[in-house]
This record gives sequence, structure tokens and C-alpha cells, in this order.
Amino acid sequence: MALVARGLAVARGGVPLLEGVGFALEAGQALVLRGPNGCGKTTLLRVMAGLQPALAGEVTAPPDAIAYAAHADGIKATLSVTENLRFWSDIYGSGGVDAALERMNLRALAGRAAQNLSAGQKRRLGLARLLVTGRPIWVLDEPTVSLDADSVALFGEVMRAHLAGGGMALMATHIDLGLPEALVLDLRPFKARLPEPGSGGFDEAFL
Amino acid sequence: MRALLIRDLRLALRAGGGFGLGLAFFLILAVLVPLGVGPEPGTLALIAPGVLWVGALLACLLSLDRIFALDFEDGSLDLLATAPVPLEAVVAVKALAHWITTGLPLVLVSPVLGLLLFLPAEAYGWLILSLLLGTPALSVIGGFGAALTVGLKRGGLLLSLLVLPLYIPTLVFGAEVVSRGAQGLSVGTPLALLAGITMGAAAILPFAAALVLRINLR
Repeated sequence: MALVARGLAVARGGVPLLEGVGFALEAGQALVLRGPNGCGKTTLLRVMAGLQPALAGEVTAPPDAIAYAAHADGIKATLSVTENLRFWSDIYGSGGVDAALERMNLRALAGRAAQNLSAGQKRRLGLARLLVTGRPIWVLDEPTVSLDADSVALFGEVMRAHLAGGGMALMATHIDLGLPEALVLDLRPFKARLPEPGSGGFDEAFL
Repeated sequence: MRALLIRDLRLALRAGGGFGLGLAFFLILAVLVPLGVGPEPGTLALIAPGVLWVGALLACLLSLDRIFALDFEDGSLDLLATAPVPLEAVVAVKALAHWITTGLPLVLVSPVLGLLLFLPAEAYGWLILSLLLGTPALSVIGGFGAALTVGLKRGGLLLSLLVLPLYIPTLVFGAEVVSRGAQGLSVGTPLALLAGITMGAAAILPFAAALVLRINLR
């Protein structure tokens, strides 16, 4: 099982951001994407998750293996923490809600409506969703935003257990998760060259 | 899939879920029409089928933009699109949830409102049957419109403009069933056309809606 990207070019809003991105992840490996804001990390992750097509290149991944977590956690404010998690575990048909609550330190909040959670608690709930998906490849966009130091360490442990169990992770993050073994890919060299003004045909002026 | 249906129904019933919005609108309309048109039973009985159907249609329209907009805003739609469920089924289930929380209550309350509008006694059965057959089409067509406009800020106006023309056949045949029923005429043809529109919409539009959702999520 491997997650492979070859010669990937991605665009957002019609503007090419990255080109020629390639990497390969084996079971048990984590890859951290780095680069300045707006360099295309999120877009690359969305392409890897299958939410948008690549301009060029290809992604090879085992079928139904990717769990995606974005900036928005997909939490319903009027449902309780447990109800939110149980919904996703039913969708993925995986179970393990209790274990996920335990591992992301949400046990005490289990019955609380999600609208009453703090930003960091919501993020922990969003990350607990990854555990109930039961999928081996995690594609994470800034997973540690609004987490405190303890929770970052907690998530680092969860991540390490996931990798030790043969999982993979591809993430964009600026914070050190305490994963010294994680590979790092700097996206700056892959920045797409902007098409020179006026180089396009007449039609392109209208696109 | 059942999990999604249960979640959507639960969200609609909890505070701020919008359940009852369409129902309240329908009630208000049926109460206001006699006040505006005047209390003559003859006039009201004549316009009752049309008023009830227009009211049901507008009540459905009111809550359409919630079908996908809320899930889009909080990121659930991205997550559902990457989950092991076909997006076509997600669309169909969400349209079903919309019908259960909007269309079905309208069907159930319509006889009471028919009473307010002096609907002839023989039309009640046809009113309930036509709404039961026609309102699912309103939810499915509306789901398609909501998928087209998801992600647009203030997409509600565009949604109404897109969806209203598609609602017209359902309205025409639905109201025709009730008014023919009120006059004791045969209702077979409009009833069959009404059912045909609903079945056609339910068979085709979830696929079209899933396609446009994928494009809108890019």
C-alpha cells in the first residue's frame, strides 16, 4: 500500500499554484508539507483527497483509504460530541466511538452540545473523527490549529500510534508535532511559473 | 445512509433547525387569503385548490437553501464527498429529509386549511393525494437547485429563480387534480402526470445534483 503523487500540478481559482510535485509514502510514514501561506498546500491536499482534479500528473492511492480533515471540522453545533462522532462512525461503518473519545481526551465532554465547545475542543472532536473513519491514509490540513500544547502532544501520540499501526499521514502544518521521523517536503521549489501576461491567445482574455 | 437521514431529521427538529418554517408560512397564507379576498364561500371555494397548492409550493421554496448550504459552510459536505457513500445517495437522502420535515407536514395540515377556504367536501381526498404525490418533486427539484447554488453567497434569490420555472408543471397538474376533484370530474390524467413528474425528477435529478455538487466543491 502506498500513496504516490507524480508530476502533480494544481490550480486554485484558475491560477496554477504548484507544478511537478512528486512524492511517495509507504505504510508507517508521515509527510509534512511546508511552504508560505498561499503556496498551494490546501489545494494540493484537496487534490490528494479527490475533491478536485489535478491540472496534470496523477495520484495513486488504494481505493477508499483516504480520510480527509480540513480547516472546517464538519461539526454540527446542535448535536452532542457523541452524536457527531457516531454519525461519522455510522457513515464509515466502523464503530470505535468510545475509543476515539478516550484517545482525544473528550470523555468529559461526551454529552455536551458541540456549540458549547471551545475552538480547541472542536478541533479535538474533528481529529477524533479521523479515528472513527478507520482509514489508513490521513490527509490533514493544519491539524493543530487552536490546539494547546498538551493537545498537540496528545495528537502527536495518536499520530505515532496510527503510523505504528501501518497508517500514513500527509499533512500541512507549521507546528512541530514531535514526529522527528516525519519526512518534510518544502513546496517552494514547485511553485508554478505564472503565464506571462499577453502570452495566451486571444480567447484566453475572456476565460 | 440511514445515519444521514436520522442526522438531518434530528438537526431539523432541534433549535434553529428550521422545522416549522414552511408550515407556519402555509398557515399564515391560508389565514390571510380569506381576509384579503373576502369571506364569500363561493369565491373562496373556487380559488381554494390554487391557493393551497401555491402556498405549499412557496412554503417548500422557503427552506430549500438550507439543504446543502449549512453542510457546505461547516465543511461537512467536503467530508461527505470523501466518505464511502455515493454523493447521489447523499442528495437523495437530503431531499427525502427535506420532504419529511417540510412536505409531509404540509400534506397533513392541508385539510384543516381547506376548511378555512371552504374547499368542497369531495376535494379533500384529492387535495391530500395530490400533495402527497407532488410535494416530493418539489423537494427533489429544490435539492437540485440547492446543489447548483451551493457556495454562492446569498444564493437564495438565484435558487428561487432557477427552481420556480421547474415547479410550474407540478403546480399546474397538482392544482388541476384538486379543482377537477372539487367539481366531481375525472382526475386520472393530471394525477398520472403529477406522479410521472415526481418519479422522473426522483430518478434523474439526484444524479444531476451530485454532478454539480462535485463541480461546486472544487
